[in-house]
Amino acid sequence: MAHGPATLADGWRAYIARWVFTTNHKDIGTLYLWFSFAMFLLGGAFAMIIRAELFQPGMQLIRPEFFNQMTTMHGLVMVFGAIMPAFVGLANWMIPLMIGAPDMALPRMNNLSFWILPFAFAILTSTLFMEGGGPNFGWTFYAPLSTTYAPDSVNFFIFAIHIMGASSIMGSINIIATVMNMRAPGMTYMKMPLFVWTWVITAFLLVAVMPVLAGAVTMMLMDINFGTSFFDAAGGGDPVLFQHVFWFFGHPEVYIIILPAFGVVSQIIPTFSRKPLFGYSSMVYATAAIAFLSFVVWAHHMFTVGMPIAGELYFMYATMLIAVPTGVKVFNWITTMYKGSLTFETPMLFSIAFVILFTFGGFTGLMLSIAAADMQYHDTYFVVAHFHYVMVAGAVFSGTAAIYYWLPKWCGKMYNETMGQVQFWVAFIGFNIAFMPQHFLGLAGMPRRYADYGLQFADWNMVSSIGAFIYGGAQLMLLYNVIATIRNGKPTTEEKTWEGAEGLEWTVPSPAPYHTFAKPPEFK
Amino acid sequence: MLKRAQALFLSLLSLVVLLPIAGSAFAESSASQLNMPQGVTEVSQAAYDIHMIMIWVCTVIGVGVFGFMFYVMYAHRKSRGAVAENFHEHLGVELLWTIVPTIILIVMAFPATTALLKVYDTDNPDIEIKITGYQWKWQYEYLGEGVKFMSELRTSDDEVYGREPKGEHYLREVTEALVLPVGKKIRFLVTGNDVIHSWWVPDFGVKRDAVPGLFTAGWAKTDKPGTYVGECTELCGQGHAFMPVVVEVKEEAEYNEWLANKKAEAVEYASTIGKEWAPEELMAKGEEVYLQSCAGCHQADGGGIPGVFPAIKGSPIALGPQIGHIAVLIDGVPGSAMQSFADQLSEVNIAAVIHYQRNAWGNDVGDVTQPIDVLNYKQSK
Repeated sequence: MAHGPATLADGWRAYIARWVFTTNHKDIGTLYLWFSFAMFLLGGAFAMIIRAELFQPGMQLIRPEFFNQMTTMHGLVMVFGAIMPAFVGLANWMIPLMIGAPDMALPRMNNLSFWILPFAFAILTSTLFMEGGGPNFGWTFYAPLSTTYAPDSVNFFIFAIHIMGASSIMGSINIIATVMNMRAPGMTYMKMPLFVWTWVITAFLLVAVMPVLAGAVTMMLMDINFGTSFFDAAGGGDPVLFQHVFWFFGHPEVYIIILPAFGVVSQIIPTFSRKPLFGYSSMVYATAAIAFLSFVVWAHHMFTVGMPIAGELYFMYATMLIAVPTGVKVFNWITTMYKGSLTFETPMLFSIAFVILFTFGGFTGLMLSIAAADMQYHDTYFVVAHFHYVMVAGAVFSGTAAIYYWLPKWCGKMYNETMGQVQFWVAFIGFNIAFMPQHFLGLAGMPRRYADYGLQFADWNMVSSIGAFIYGGAQLMLLYNVIATIRNGKPTTEEKTWEGAEGLEWTVPSPAPYHTFAKPPEFK
Repeated sequence: MLKRAQALFLSLLSLVVLLPIAGSAFAESSASQLNMPQGVTEVSQAAYDIHMIMIWVCTVIGVGVFGFMFYVMYAHRKSRGAVAENFHEHLGVELLWTIVPTIILIVMAFPATTALLKVYDTDNPDIEIKITGYQWKWQYEYLGEGVKFMSELRTSDDEVYGREPKGEHYLREVTEALVLPVGKKIRFLVTGNDVIHSWWVPDFGVKRDAVPGLFTAGWAKTDKPGTYVGECTELCGQGHAFMPVVVEVKEEAEYNEWLANKKAEAVEYASTIGKEWAPEELMAKGEEVYLQSCAGCHQADGGGIPGVFPAIKGSPIALGPQIGHIAVLIDGVPGSAMQSFADQLSEVNIAAVIHYQRNAWGNDVGDVTQPIDVLNYKQSK
């Protein structure tokens, strides 16, 4: 290669310049992945503070005011800083390799969409050190708690959200443009790997809803600084309007998080079953159906807000329907394994755990869709348990599976299988100890976002905290495994790391060269 | 080693599947509550019933799906010599597992709808109670009875911060509980004064958001006297965890007696407004009111929290003219967290707390604020 990437051997100036100015999809993918991991650890640290305070009843370590900042920042950092950028990173790395493109369609915009993110999170995190503290109104930032009653730092929070939104929209446009224009000859839409499909659909969701979020925070900005009353009842506005706008963004957002995770698992399960994905086209249609439904169910987050009964019934029925395409996906994954030739390497373990725990979260989701029962579940730990089963055991497990699955392709080194499996078991056990008891807590009546609780909730909170610490430790093991693999892993040069792997990414050498598919491959 | 790990994997997974079943069995037998309470109203019973239907439907589907999955993981593993087949679609099963879940959902929609209709059956109440959420307390008003009071957490800060052992009713006790009679249909009209709160009593199956500018209705009717504890379930600021709901359901005669007492209290109170209070009396009462209603934000030493809640100690309002100080409490400060206390505190309490604020922590203004001054300000508006 005439102009390979600068390494440390070229001097640190050249090395830093490489990363700052890079337009290479692999470099940008790497940046996204490391950034999201850093944010994952930061958000995890907030979670550890939360669980440490909740270890026992009473306030021991922090004040309720700071506790609220922690729950808020944990949610914001995990959703916008850890999970979303992690999947954008995977998309950057893998989509060009999977569709046989030399790079992303819009490389300079790719650079921009990454490099504004660290600034957004620097702004967001810096609010913790400001007078009055950081955002303390929950990651859902319901008005008027987030407007009239918010600390002054809310303006920085709004600015940070705007930057994140811009980054997401640019990233999504790039993915759509790449997939539409740069597929290798012969790669028709219905031959694309499912990961690519789920990301295209996700990208459309992002382009559709991030502006809605931007609208919501802009209205907040106007209410706070320019005397409008969008969300202020005293001025003729309506706090419920905020919730409608927010959840019109917020519900598609949860599918934005989970759809690429579906894609990853749909790559991994066939590989370790040594059998093609069952029901490919129904997977694509199910993904599209879930994406469509995500736009028409938002008010199921608001069953207790006092909607007319006709509204409640509609949103209940529509929400229940989501179970159908989601079920199709689960059945397809299991049938892919059926009559396969299964092995259980770390990526497969994480994927199987994903299927089981995500389905469990799906069951509680179905329960939550029943409006009459939701009157009891709403805003309790039952909901917290539900969305951690789909977000953590869903998105994070899938992301972890992706790391182990593609790490050999990225760095040309093989991770230590025993260490990988140990990390899996610690994560799996820790996760369930942390979040299974939260179902019981919620049903017994513990509301979420509580800095302190009555003595009847003490036992399960302690168990949950212990599980959370174990799960937190598992993430440090993941970090260790990745670094140990990059530094000392067993070199692997074969193109096809996994016996059962299919797809164009397994036709290039390991580690993947800096530039791939300069000439489009022929895809049959 | 890997084999053992896989066996462990299987046993743990089955544990995950079985836990909810174990949970529901436990809940019926033991005091350590794992499941939703059945509660004491039709609504809570309806919620519980549909909840249990859903648990069992999900359990049956889960056992079937995961059972098949574990069988596959056992039978079709490469280490047992399984050779992969190559099929990857089958229209029949794909239609089947689209249509069957749809039918299950349609069937489940019927009990779900019936239950929801029950929740919304708020017509023809015997008693109506307006519930207003404040940061961080509840106000109950018996509509048409002239009875209205605030209900605040009674657990002390010392218990919360571990300076004293926690009592049996830690965070489940209030200054004054909502009192209801048995056998009457009660409609709750829930609203918020500042931010959004949510009024929840699990045993009634009533959870209604308290949104400023909006009324939401719920209802309860029970035959079981007792004390029922609930919570605020919408994040409303730093005191979110510290504004429980306590409801006492009494026999009708007891309830009537209680209501008559409350009405008499209100009449008696009216006569104390005109009375001249001694500064020492005001100071003592004022401190009590301050710690209960103001110290949450402005802190016990009047120092506030810089950047969030202003200090009262040395503040121009506390040291300025009395009328301005009264105005802040009666009108609140628009656009800030300082709300109007006109409906929350009595004239006597407002006068006492103003007197306290103007004469404590070195704010030695030296004047005396009487309840009648507060009443005059209110009436001048």
